[in-house]
Amino acid sequence: MIFRRPTFWLILLLAAVFIYLPVRAGDAALREDLILVAIAIILVSNLNLMIGYTGYVNFGHIVFYGLGGYVGLYLVTARGWRLQWAALAAGVVVSLFALLFGMGILRLRGAYFALATVGILVAVSAFVSNFNPFGRSDGLYLSFDAYQPLGGAMRALWVTYYLIVGVMALSLILSLAIKRSKFGLALFAIREDEDAAVVLGINATMYKAIVYSVSAFLPAVAGALMFYKNAMIDPSIAFEYMLSIEGIVMLMLGGQGTVIGAALGATLYERLRSYLLTSPKLSNFHLVIAGAMLLLVVLFASGGLIGWLYKFVPRSREVIE
Amino acid sequence: MIDGLMVGAVYGLAAMGLSLIWGVMDVINLTHGSMIALGMFAMYLLFSATALNPYLLLIPIIVIGLLLGIVVYWIAVHWVVGRSQLMSLLSTFSVNMMVIGIGTAVWSTSPYNVPFSLPGISFGAYTFTGNHIAAAVSALIIAMALELFLYNTRPGKAIRAVADNRDAAELMGISSTAVLAIAFGIGIALAFGSGALVSTLFPFTILSGSVYQLKSFVVTVLAGLGKPLGALAAGVLLGLLEGAVTPFIAVSWIPLIEFGLFVVALILFPRGIFGRATA
Repeated sequence: MIFRRPTFWLILLLAAVFIYLPVRAGDAALREDLILVAIAIILVSNLNLMIGYTGYVNFGHIVFYGLGGYVGLYLVTARGWRLQWAALAAGVVVSLFALLFGMGILRLRGAYFALATVGILVAVSAFVSNFNPFGRSDGLYLSFDAYQPLGGAMRALWVTYYLIVGVMALSLILSLAIKRSKFGLALFAIREDEDAAVVLGINATMYKAIVYSVSAFLPAVAGALMFYKNAMIDPSIAFEYMLSIEGIVMLMLGGQGTVIGAALGATLYERLRSYLLTSPKLSNFHLVIAGAMLLLVVLFASGGLIGWLYKFVPRSREVIE
Repeated sequence: MIDGLMVGAVYGLAAMGLSLIWGVMDVINLTHGSMIALGMFAMYLLFSATALNPYLLLIPIIVIGLLLGIVVYWIAVHWVVGRSQLMSLLSTFSVNMMVIGIGTAVWSTSPYNVPFSLPGISFGAYTFTGNHIAAAVSALIIAMALELFLYNTRPGKAIRAVADNRDAAELMGISSTAVLAIAFGIGIALAFGSGALVSTLFPFTILSGSVYQLKSFVVTVLAGLGKPLGALAAGVLLGLLEGAVTPFIAVSWIPLIEFGLFVVALILFPRGIFGRATA
């Protein structure tokens, strides 16, 4: 059972800390910092399902987040839906979209798939920039009244924060559950040797399409929540290629294929990034530093931070997954 | 439409570099876009410094590209050749990030252009701009030179041998590491050359490379791997297609079309339109 895994309780503890810290201090600035970390963790842990578990690089993971934001905001503004339903619907719609696309492009192997994901990002972003209901390149804006059902803007910000932390915890639990399931085992088999996995009776194309679609769901929900909180969305912020890429850096840094590694990498990198972006001298160089970090990890420590931990404290494998 | 044909020759040149690296060492070079952008800036800097004819400046730019490519090979690529594709994707990507990061810091993301134009040629109602013609001709010359190099010189033959079967080439006394480094250098040199040519046609920023990178991928996949002339032909095809559709639809739809083409080509022709039928 998943409740017997120490990592499960670690995840709940993390979520509790995320809730407790800003509430105790009543500190909105801290909340805004943590919300970015939570979003990073959501994106990275779902990306991990593709890269870490299945061995397929997805350069366009941000598409799910941006598209979820669009669907959510569209339902709230144009159709007058309540936030929770809009966010859920965003998740479902984007997952179905991913399933559809996944069936097509997951017939591609390895690097070809990775290239196709870049294409998906470019194509979706081009489509949305020309799509009238989504406001073309101007994007969508939320009027102030949209926050009324949640009791005004002030409360709405806190409510969306709790929801996002909830989605974060769910993402990590999902990662853990998949890792401990037969489904996860099939994914690992595909990662290690796809041909062998197919010979042993794993329907690789279907499994890949399913995990691609699953990895779309929670980021889409998070996107809907986050862009609702920001009250606006446009193609350049929704489909920010760099964010997609930085997700990969975070994952490699923390340790691909591990649940806690994804969370750790996301937290560290996100904090480092906000430090670099706000420091006047280094703000131009955050990409350079991220790139150098990625290169070092790839060349010298492909297991990331958690990989190091496993090497030096082998018993930690039992506790931290 | 004819303009599209000529721009297509430049796309083809960019794709040749990608295709060469991909075919020879099975590394998908994600630094390609940023190297194309660097080629553009190399042209911009040299042209503003010397005011020589840009087509003359192509030669030093290609040499710079070659050297830079060899340096990048030793920094990032050498260690991941033969490891999983995931690793080579990520390591070339990290170089890409660094180049873009430094480029953004130095030149910001504002547009630049190379203020140079050749007189155009008129055929009845049509006028062809001189720059387009010159770019297409230069691209063709470079492509021919590469073809001659690969098929008629010893280092060229060594590159093809390593692409074919690295172990066997090694047994024949070819130093595969040196060959890979040179092949990578040539690939980057081609990216530089095509970037330099593009810079004489359109305004550019440090981020422009990614557009051409996507086009290069489409072209490479259309052409099949490791076939320089096929890449050139497929590039011309893509340029023609772009030229043919732009009067009817908005330019912002083009990425969508190219991507669609990319996926369809991958699924229908996994070995490329010009590829062989057997493995």
